[in-house]
Amino acid sequence: MTDLKLSAVEKAYGKVKVLSDIDLEIKTGELVVFVGPSGCGKSTLLRMIAGLERITGGTLEIDGMRVNDMPPSQRGIAMVFQSYALYPHMSVYDNMAFSLRIAGQGKEAIDKAVRAVAEKLQLGSLLDRLPKELSGGQRQRVAIGRAIVRDPKVFLFDEPLSNLDAALRVATRLEIAQLKEAMPETTMIYVTHDQVEAMTLASRIVVLAGGGIAQVGAPLDLYERPNSTFVARFIGSPAMNLLSGEVVGTGKTTKIRADQGGGIITAAIPTQKGDEGMKVEIGIRPEDFVAAEGDDFAFEGRVGITEALGEVTLLYFDSKSSTGDDPVIAKLSGIHPSKLGQVLRLGAAPEKIHLFHKGISLLYRGDKVFLPNVAPH
Amino acid sequence: MSPIMQAALTIVIGVGGCVGYFYLSNQILDRVLFPARGANAGRNINRANAIRPWLFLFPAIFALALYLAYPVFETLRLSLTDRSLGGAFVGLENYARMTDDPKFWEALRNNFLWLLIVPAASTAFGLLAAQLTDRIRWGNIAKSLIFMPMAISFVGAAVIFKLVYDARPEDVAQIGILNAVYLQLCGDSPITWLTVPFWNNIFLIIVLIWIQTGFAMVILSAALRGIPEETIEAAIVDGANPFQIFFKIKVPQIAGTIVVVWTTITIVVLKVFDIVFAMTNGQWETQVLANYMYDKLFRANDWGVGSAAAMVIMILVLPILVWNVYNARREMR
Repeated sequence: MTDLKLSAVEKAYGKVKVLSDIDLEIKTGELVVFVGPSGCGKSTLLRMIAGLERITGGTLEIDGMRVNDMPPSQRGIAMVFQSYALYPHMSVYDNMAFSLRIAGQGKEAIDKAVRAVAEKLQLGSLLDRLPKELSGGQRQRVAIGRAIVRDPKVFLFDEPLSNLDAALRVATRLEIAQLKEAMPETTMIYVTHDQVEAMTLASRIVVLAGGGIAQVGAPLDLYERPNSTFVARFIGSPAMNLLSGEVVGTGKTTKIRADQGGGIITAAIPTQKGDEGMKVEIGIRPEDFVAAEGDDFAFEGRVGITEALGEVTLLYFDSKSSTGDDPVIAKLSGIHPSKLGQVLRLGAAPEKIHLFHKGISLLYRGDKVFLPNVAPH
Repeated sequence: MSPIMQAALTIVIGVGGCVGYFYLSNQILDRVLFPARGANAGRNINRANAIRPWLFLFPAIFALALYLAYPVFETLRLSLTDRSLGGAFVGLENYARMTDDPKFWEALRNNFLWLLIVPAASTAFGLLAAQLTDRIRWGNIAKSLIFMPMAISFVGAAVIFKLVYDARPEDVAQIGILNAVYLQLCGDSPITWLTVPFWNNIFLIIVLIWIQTGFAMVILSAALRGIPEETIEAAIVDGANPFQIFFKIKVPQIAGTIVVVWTTITIVVLKVFDIVFAMTNGQWETQVLANYMYDKLFRANDWGVGSAAAMVIMILVLPILVWNVYNARREMR
């Protein structure tokens, strides 16, 4: 049982608050990913959980016990740093044995623990090497091994893959996923700015932005039901298109007239009587666009640039989306060399359409939604 | 002409001469000797570039040869001749006379004592000061104060400490702080500290420690700053206490720098002269090699034994110097 509970946690440097009102509960065995644009405070929050940064407000509980003022080593946590932070003057073996030696364990117990972990991470033949004699991926595994050997209740990862090259990153991501599989009782908290890592690893994602939590949820929840335009545009690549429109029909489904082109589109989102005339933003992911027939379309525009990637073709339209400078983008599967310069009408299935009013999704009307005052990218 | 004017003129001529040399010699090389034009422009550029480093190195090499390399050989020659015999070759006789002199062995023994204490104490105090002043708001002020003795000449420091160790007759107020404190606490009569054999060596050694601690502190402080912060945080998460972090994480990571500081101070110690010269002049069993050399060379007018002493100092310094350079270069990599 290692529940982690943050209540109204806050971090301030002098008068500047970088994080405020962080409420979050993490259950045993979860892999929670903190994701957000750079400078959103995700690393700071992780370091507060680790005990490397002072918590200036609110409480942090581990297993129901307040640990705000507990030193890091007693919190039952282990941390993998972005730069690995291996002790450069110690061999791989000594790096992994260090914490156990500090804890005063016997020589044999240490040896057993270190060799077991080394076996697990295929470091057996490297135990006598110094960190500088290892490759990036090997250093990464030693850093993870150093964390595992302490048998922590909570694992903290601070952007562990950002120093690796692309191919190694994918391989190590899979290794971490397997590691999690092998340790179902261990809670992991993982900080990244890479949404692919977040989507693939997380059991739950915490989107942090502008000093607060924008949304918490399972990866596909965030993808399918973002609570704000911020989360909508942060999750998914290319980002969701936002088009301005006006509600013209209410009920179990909603009819919206798009400002660009005047098409009428149906969204599978209920609205109440009296919502007619409400200004909304229609959110459609580039991959959800389909060619529209008749007047049932959300958008009409001329294709300005195409990018053929083989498996998909990206169409960049000349018209801008309602966020300002970003062009409307459509992602069609397959190869479409002839689309350049054409005027297209696009729509989407009713259940693929998102509606936002003043930045907040109509699905979350009445809920408390934190709107970060920053750009998602 | 007033001395200030002379100094100013010297600076202007010296600096201007340097700039002028580099500028003009470069111009001659590029414009006259190998001009980058005509049929051989490309070849000329390559040749000029091959010569340029030697051109710029020439003043330094010339000065080093004249004032360092030549004196070494001249000293070696002098150590094998006798002035009183009109500079006749006498083989190793000067060395034999030197090793028969008890003062020489006293100097060697004292030098060894200095060698044992000063580098160790200076490095330890420097490391302590560097660690304690790290990340404190007034740390830089403390560091400046500790570093300040470095700006004082050895003779100046000797004068300061002569006053510290000063002794006045019993019925007069003591101006030496050591005696003042001693009388206040436990002593009956003032002690002339610098005349107490063996301990007077320690009193002289303290002066050099006082000077060299600042040097060690500055270098080690920079090295401490260079330690990756995350390795320290990792140690904190691993449960290390501040002492363990200092001795098991920080010190091993700056071990190379500690060695460089240690050997650099060792070389300073082997050459120590001014402090002894100004405070005791080698009396009361405080003789050291450099002062012994000076005594023989300029007081006894015996260039043979004086040069022999100089050779001994050089032979002692040489291996440490080589090791120091080796370590410093490895640190820079």
